[in-house]
This record gives sequence, structure tokens and C-alpha cells, in this order.
Amino acid sequence: MAAAGLALATFGSAVQANPHPWQLNMERGASTWSHVPYDLNNISLWVCVVIGVLVFGAMFVAMFRFRKSRGAVAEKWAHNTALEVVWTTIPVLILITLAYLATGGLTSWADTTGSQMTVKVTGYQWKWRYDYVSYMGKPIDKVGFMSKLDKQSDYTRQLDSGMDPYAVKVGDEQTYLLNVDKPLVVPVDTKIRFVITGGDVIHSWWVPALGWKLDAIPGIVNAAWTNIKEPGTYRGQCAELCGQDHGFMPIVVVAKSKADFAKWLAEQEAASGKSLPPPAPIDGGAAATAAATPPQG
Amino acid sequence: MSYAATHDQHDDHHGAPKSFFQRWCMSTNHKDIGTLYLIFALTMFFIGGSFAMVIRAELFKPGLQLVQPYFFNELTTLHGLVMIFGAIMPAFVGLGNWMIPLMVGAPDMALPRMNNLSFWILPFAFILMLSTLFLPGGAPAGGWTMYPPLSLQGGSLAYVVFAIHLMGISSIMGAINIIATILNMRAPGMDLLKMPVFVWSWLITAFLLIAVMPVLAGAVTMLLTDKYFGTSFFNPGGGGDPVLYQHIFWFFGHPEVYIMILPAFGIISEIVPTFARKPIFGYKAMVFALACIAFLSFIVWAHHMFAVGMPLGADLFFMYATMLIAVPTGVKVFNWVATMWGGSMTFETPMLFAIAFIILFTIGGFSGLMLALVPADFQYQDTFFVVAHFHYVLVTGALFAIIAAAYYWLPKWTGNMYNEFWAKVHFWNSVIWVNVLFFPQHFLGLAGMPRRIPDYNVAFANFNMVSSIGGFLFGASQLIFIGVLIHCAFFSKKKAADRVWEGAKGLEWTVPSPAPHHTFSVPPVIHDEELAHGNVHA
Repeated sequence: MAAAGLALATFGSAVQANPHPWQLNMERGASTWSHVPYDLNNISLWVCVVIGVLVFGAMFVAMFRFRKSRGAVAEKWAHNTALEVVWTTIPVLILITLAYLATGGLTSWADTTGSQMTVKVTGYQWKWRYDYVSYMGKPIDKVGFMSKLDKQSDYTRQLDSGMDPYAVKVGDEQTYLLNVDKPLVVPVDTKIRFVITGGDVIHSWWVPALGWKLDAIPGIVNAAWTNIKEPGTYRGQCAELCGQDHGFMPIVVVAKSKADFAKWLAEQEAASGKSLPPPAPIDGGAAATAAATPPQG
Repeated sequence: MSYAATHDQHDDHHGAPKSFFQRWCMSTNHKDIGTLYLIFALTMFFIGGSFAMVIRAELFKPGLQLVQPYFFNELTTLHGLVMIFGAIMPAFVGLGNWMIPLMVGAPDMALPRMNNLSFWILPFAFILMLSTLFLPGGAPAGGWTMYPPLSLQGGSLAYVVFAIHLMGISSIMGAINIIATILNMRAPGMDLLKMPVFVWSWLITAFLLIAVMPVLAGAVTMLLTDKYFGTSFFNPGGGGDPVLYQHIFWFFGHPEVYIMILPAFGIISEIVPTFARKPIFGYKAMVFALACIAFLSFIVWAHHMFAVGMPLGADLFFMYATMLIAVPTGVKVFNWVATMWGGSMTFETPMLFAIAFIILFTIGGFSGLMLALVPADFQYQDTFFVVAHFHYVLVTGALFAIIAAAYYWLPKWTGNMYNEFWAKVHFWNSVIWVNVLFFPQHFLGLAGMPRRIPDYNVAFANFNMVSSIGGFLFGASQLIFIGVLIHCAFFSKKKAADRVWEGAKGLEWTVPSPAPHHTFSVPPVIHDEELAHGNVHA
């Protein structure tokens, strides 16, 4: 825990949510819920460490004390009911505690009610589409776009490109394969509901700083929520094998203050009003996605 | 080979056939078929391992240096299929074939001709599957789990489905044979609750195989008809559901996980008492724990699918059921430690591998417990944390148990002692490098590296390089194993005693070393105190 705190201090707030070299543990994340998997991870890890020390410790003591080379003579017993009851019961109690903690965390994750914003996420081979459906109870018109691997990463990742992955940077941050041409922009301090589906094969939408991943499955609309606490840039990747460029469809979420987000959204709506109207009206349904998407195949 | 077959066989009527073709291709002898299975598994282990070497070489540093992403996916897919269906499962069947009749006092397997068929299907199945590497369209690249719709995009689906059908037929026949042997051919006095734990583990595993291999066959057949015959089982455009495949697949897949680990539990339960010179602690609890784990394996399948968006109630049920598995598994680990406690231990190579198994398999079990907690699994799912988890249970678990069993019974099979020095060199190299290989993958997963990707952000570079170095050295260490095996079989001058290990108990140690072509033509007389687990009714 202390080490994680130190790491946070060292790497500063701007990159705290994104992977860094020699990272050993999960991080707390940036949303109101993301501490749940982080805490469960740490608690269950320490439970395992304690059990491991006891069991492996007993084993090593046995290996040193009961060696034939030290003249140990084998005993005859092969049964001890009291001991067996104890080491069946204690794990059950530990498991009940862990299950209790996990159940609470899971129940809060599954509750998408009361969200103030809805974004539709669609996975394609090999890019993401984001459609803004509603914000603060009002439907959003015609704001939606594709988000795919940035050009710098894309050139560098070609086989034998001769380009240096370490040279792919945004500012000081090394963003090789973790940057996109157009990120998803969302407000902080807002309960955002994501409705997630797939356009061709199964993908999985995962930003570690939000604390969860959820599969994007054709024919199924999944829902999950987040509420980001701090403005920042949060990076993730597709987490379900989806074909040859599975490793090359990152996700970038830019969280802005509510005022900045409102300004950004107004600009987007104005821009989409000026551009050519799409063949079908965007109403958040499947028809809109199909119309706004280049043909697959 | 051929002189080995004719050597020392004074009684032609009971000896092995003299022609190479007759002896090996037409064999109905459980020992020869067991040997064939083991050699096949070893070959597949090196083929699957060579795929892993290319994977680790590509992941050695960021950027693509060696292979195209699609070929990388073909390698990960084939690595999984070859290791699971070609290496681990046939190795256990080979050990079962060799040892079950010897351990229960039977002259052979109950259905010897079917035994021959169930082995000889396998080379054809794998030639079919591996041939896709050289065909237009390439090998399967949708992962060993073959999730649709992705797997339906591959051109080699029909080859893979047919190969899986063949493997399934082979496994089911093998399982029927093992059940028939154990239930019908035990020597008089070898009651079920006097059988060695290894025999129990295989009896339970065989029932799992019969229960779930047809489920896999059904799932892949539906893939086949979806692709070629216009059905829509998994196609949402036709009213199907891609998630349905995952439910069916993992209803096979989770029991499959235990098919690959229960016989390993059995092996460890043979080796630890031998080298601790003390009967297995809690024999009945060990058998009951095996049965419990087998039962639970049928009701936990969806823990592989926590990220597909199941209803809250389903997530909770599968989480609780999965966590329950920790209880019988814990009992087994505690009982192995209790078997050592108060013993008189020596540390020959089989024991070293068994001890490494207990520690490292338990580490795999710990990460399994962490993965069961759904909110934490939302982060772990489909990352290198999962890769680390299942390699700890399958490499340092199943594979280490197989290697331990090979060293344990090799003197009985060949009549010669292996070279203990080089075997220990093999052990220490394996146990060190396998941890350098897989332990850092936990960190990669926790830091956010997804599995099945050929290239990655530079933040993941350090641990990937460490892991790859461990991988190359672990792979190279296995060449020592080959050397020790060949030396033992053909060149070793040191003859093995009938009872190879001082503390070894059980019927297999009452026959000569090497075990003659036919054993127990007359049923042996069972003395309870001679059994590996002592007198269980005391």
C-alpha cells in the first residue's frame, strides 16, 4: 500500500492512471467505483500471502525437520479428525468474508440507475465508435465518431518498420499503441452510463482507470456506468481477441470539467449541424450506427 | 528399438511381437500403448513449446520484429490446442494406460483393441490440425476457445472441427476403457477404497471426460453448421446468440480444466508418501475432495465469462460456487503437507518436482481465488494476470506432475535408473526459469496488459523481456529432460530394483523392472499393509 502511494507521488497525477515501467500492482483508478476491484485485489492478495506463508512455512519446517539424512524415523499416523475439521472450517470463514465484500461491490456496479449521461460504444474490427445519446436528461443530436489507433503508433507498429516505439509520445508520456486519433470526451462528477455493443465480432471495452471491462457483443447491448473524479486522460485497450489487429485498437477517455465539457459538446453539435446530414437520423438506435459506419468487409 | 523388443524374451508365447509394425502399430498391450501415448505427448509438448518460443520472441521487446499479427494469433491458438489436447491430456492417458492395470492387479486394459484405436486416432487428428499452417487461409487464429463470430471468419474451421471431433472420440474411448478397467478388472481384495489415489483420480477424470467431450463436439459442430450450412446458432443476424457458444464451451471447458489437474493430484498423492515413507494423510478425505472438485466443476463454468454482461444473480451464483472449490483444494494441499510432517524424507527428483508442484500449483490456486471475486475479475479478465494464473496451474501444476510421474516410474518402465545428477539439473533449471517466465506476467496483467496481443506499450517492456528470457531458458531446460530420458532408456548401466524406491508401496512395485510385457496374468494376492496409503480402516 505504501509502495503504491509512493509510486503515485512519483509519477504525478497526470499519468497515475496509465501503465508505467516496472508497475507491480493494480492502481486505485479514477472513478468513484474503481477502488472496489483495487481494494478486493489487495485484500485477497494479502489473505493469500498469509495463507501461503503458513502452509509453505509448515512445509519447509517439515522438509528440514523430517529428513531421513537427519535420522528422522517415519511415524505411522495418517489421520487426525480434529485437524481436518479445523482446516476445512477456517477457509470457509475466510471465503464468506471475501464473498461478502465482493457482493457489495458487484451490486453497486450493476446499478446503472440515476445516470446523467448516456454514451453508446460500438466495437468494430479494429476501431471504436462513440455515439453521444443524452446528457443531463436532454437528447444529443448527431454527435458521434470513430476512434482508432493514432497515425504515429500505426506507422511504428508495422512489421520491421525500423521506427522506435519509445519515440511515440504525447508530451512526455509514451503513448505507443495507447493513443487514438479522436478520444472519447466525457465530463467529471457525472454518472455516465455506457451502452456497449459490437458491430462484427466480440470486443471488450476496457479502461483500467474506470475499474471494469465489458464485452461488446453483436446482437447484445450491455450496460455499465462510471463517475470519474478527476479531469485527465485515461487509456485502455480492447480486451477480447477480435482478429489480426486486436492489439491495435486502443481506447482513450478524456475527462474534462463540466464547463469545459459543455463547451466541447456545443462545438461538436455545431460542427455536425454544418456538415452533410447522414442518410438516417441519429436516434441512438442500431440504424443510426449502421448508417454512420463505413461498410464492413 | 527392435533389438530391445526381442531382447530377454525367453517365453515367445508371452513376449512382445518381434516385428516393429506389429508391436507398435497393432498393439493391444497397455504398456506399449501407454508408451506410444507418452512419446506422442512429448512430441506435441515440443511442437507446442516451439510455438511458445516464437510468441515469447515476438514479445521480447515492443514493436513487431518477427511475425505478422495474424500469424501471432495462429500461434497462440495452436499453442493452446496442441498443449491441452496434444500434450497434457495424452500424457495423462499414457500414464493411466501404463499404471492403472499395474496398480489394481489387472492383466491389461479391459478393452485392448479399442485402446489401440483411441491412440492411433490422435496422430491423424493432429496432422489434420497442424496441416492448416501450410494451407491457404492459414491456421485457426480465433483463440483455442474458438469464440464466434471471430472463429467463423477463419478459413480452416472445418479442419479444426474435424480434428476436435477425432480427439473427442479418442478421449471418450480412452475414458470408457479406464472406467471399465477400474470397475471390472481389479484383483480380488482390491476394494474401491483400497485403490491408490492415482487410480481414483483417473476414475473420476474419466467420468468427467465422458460427460463433457460430447458437449464440446456439439458446440464445434454448431460452429461448423453456422459457417457452412446456413444455421444461426450463434449469429445474431439470424436470431442466434454469440454468448450461447460461450456457455456451451465453458460447460465443457471448466470440467476440462479439472480433467487436466485431477490426475496430477493423483500422481502427487503417490509420490509424496513414497519419499516421506509415511502413508498418505487422510486417504478418504483425499478421495472425497477429488469427487467434490469434480462435482463443483460442473457448476462454475460462467466464471470464465464475468465480462460478457451476465445478470447480477448469475454473477453472484458463479462467484460463490467458484469460491467453494478452494475448500476441497485446500484440503488436498493441507493433507500433502501433513503427509510430509513426521515422515522420513529424501529428495530424489520425483519428490522435488512434487514439492515444486505443491507450492507452485497453490500459487496458481491463489490467483484463481482472486479471479473468482467478480469486481476484481473485471480488471483481471483477459489480461496477462489470467495467462500467469493458468500457466501456474497447467505448467507448474499439470506438467510438473507429469514430469514427476515420468521420473518416478521411468525405472519401472525401462528397467534402468535415470541419471540423478542430470535429472536434478533439469529440475532446478525448470523450477527457476518457469518462475522467471510466468511470475512477471502477474505484474503485466495488473498493470493493464491484455492477453493475446503481439505488441504492447513501452511501459510493459521490462517485464516482457524478463518473461521472455525465462521462457527461452525454460524451453532449453526441457532438452535436458530429453537427454535424461534417452540415456535412461538406452544407455544407462544402472539396473533398477523391482521396488525402485525404498518407501514405495503398491502393486506396481511387486512386478520386475522393467515390467514384463504381460503382468498379473494370475491375479495377485492383496496385503492391505502393502498398499500405498496403509490400512485405511484403522
